[in-house]
Amino acid sequence: MISDITLGQFFPGSSVMHRLDPRVKLCMTVYYIGLIFCSRNWITLALTVLTALSGVVLSKVPAKLYLKSLKPIWFLIAFTGILNLFYGSGEPIWSFGFLSITRAGIINAVMIAVRLVVLILISSVLTFTTSPTQLTDAIERVLKPLALLHVPVHEFAMMMTIALRFVPTLLEETDKIMSAQKARGADLESGGLAQRIRALIPILIPLFVSAFRRAFDLATAMESRCYHGGAGRTRMKTLHLGRVDYGVLALCAAYLVLFVLLTALLPAAI
Amino acid sequence: MNVLETKDLTYTYGVGTPFEITAVDGVSVSVEAGEFLGVIGHTGSGKSTLIQMLNGLIRPTAGQVLLNGEDIWAKPKEIRRVRFKVGMVFQYPEYQLFEETVLKDIMFGPKNMGLSDADAEAKAREAARFTELREDLLEKSPFELSGGEKRRAAIAGVIAMDPDVLILDEPAAGLDPKGRDLILAQISNYHRERQNTVLLVSHSMEDIGRTADRVLVMNRGKAEFLGPTRRIFAEGQELSEMGLRLPQITSILRRLSGMGMPVGDTVLSVDEAFFQLLPLLKRGGGKGAGA
Repeated sequence: MISDITLGQFFPGSSVMHRLDPRVKLCMTVYYIGLIFCSRNWITLALTVLTALSGVVLSKVPAKLYLKSLKPIWFLIAFTGILNLFYGSGEPIWSFGFLSITRAGIINAVMIAVRLVVLILISSVLTFTTSPTQLTDAIERVLKPLALLHVPVHEFAMMMTIALRFVPTLLEETDKIMSAQKARGADLESGGLAQRIRALIPILIPLFVSAFRRAFDLATAMESRCYHGGAGRTRMKTLHLGRVDYGVLALCAAYLVLFVLLTALLPAAI
Repeated sequence: MNVLETKDLTYTYGVGTPFEITAVDGVSVSVEAGEFLGVIGHTGSGKSTLIQMLNGLIRPTAGQVLLNGEDIWAKPKEIRRVRFKVGMVFQYPEYQLFEETVLKDIMFGPKNMGLSDADAEAKAREAARFTELREDLLEKSPFELSGGEKRRAAIAGVIAMDPDVLILDEPAAGLDPKGRDLILAQISNYHRERQNTVLLVSHSMEDIGRTADRVLVMNRGKAEFLGPTRRIFAEGQELSEMGLRLPQITSILRRLSGMGMPVGDTVLSVDEAFFQLLPLLKRGGGKGAGA
């Protein structure tokens, strides 16, 4: 069923990762993703894997969910891995026609695959432990300096909040419309590509109509509560950095020093 | 002759997760061909899950659904044929409209059955007659219709497939009293004219009392009662424990009957009550007028 999609879904809980300030989590995620792609040797790569795994463990979210969030991208991982296998330079170990595999190619492929898995795991930790509202709050707060450059940060954040809020609603709606059309004999499962695309029309049109209807209703509801954009708007729940948050930030700084040292001192894998 | 029969029908959501919920629990009921069966139950009683299993939209986790004596899941690849025989009108069916014109939308089902354009159009016009959609509306875009008209167009879209069994899930939800009366009357007319089996799902005892021959009461996933409407209405106490309320008119006449007045205690509609109360008023007396 459609509702089985887990990528980017909040899993309520009260672990350390859940209680961490969303701004800290957001910055940390971006920071680690940066580090993942800077890791050039096995030790630093292992370090990022270890960090991601400790994040997973600390989040106390069932490991099953993480595996599920990896499921849709196994293909991508395998594809980029295999592609990289043939793009290494140096002495070929094995060759067939224009295809050849080198030692550098193998190392490259493994590193890319590991990086992608870690990337997904780290961002899953963020989305599993942070509610969509918290996440957009954090994005709005972190991007606030851009408002000086006349970037409508608040509007973007509001749009994101609304979009995220309506994902489950629209999924449920899609399910209902699909059931209704199936009950009228719509065949969604067989036929060629063209036929399958045509079979989507009876689902997409009602879905769009209902999305617009919801959008108009929401706009009316917001206006009748005097919403007029971000200026002068205060929050019911203001974000505060606690002791744990400062501790985590300090750890991140120490981690950066360690990472730079290891990268500088150890030889690159390729 | 039973047109539909369920044997130990069970459906469990989220098998193998901590969120496991049994929505329908060992339901064994039979639906007689040509009857008008009301299905009633509180929100979350499992009635929606039950009816979705009857036309093969969801596959039971245990048990069987027999259509004319045959297990509908005997050949999973031919489940579409079951859906043509057991027509299903969902709640708020107007959200399923998508075609350019109302007529084309009603023809969607018959065309999926493999009928020719001419045959499908004949079926569609016939169905539109049951739901009293005017000729000129049929050429309009479904999005130009009023709420009640959209609802009727959507119901016609299912009737047009000419199913043996028609299931309607809260067809009158969200309509004003007039629209509600109209839709229920049209469904009753359809039932009378076609002699088909109709299942009306509702949480309103008023609607069920007015239309159904027999009633199935669902409670916590189980089939609690199944019997003639009048007999079910006699179980007022048990029903209210399940969060269902007898129609106001039934309750009033029960009270009167309790006070020793010669009226029935399982009155199904205001009309029926009218004819029972009228002679009492004619007989006169302060007590009668007070009623």
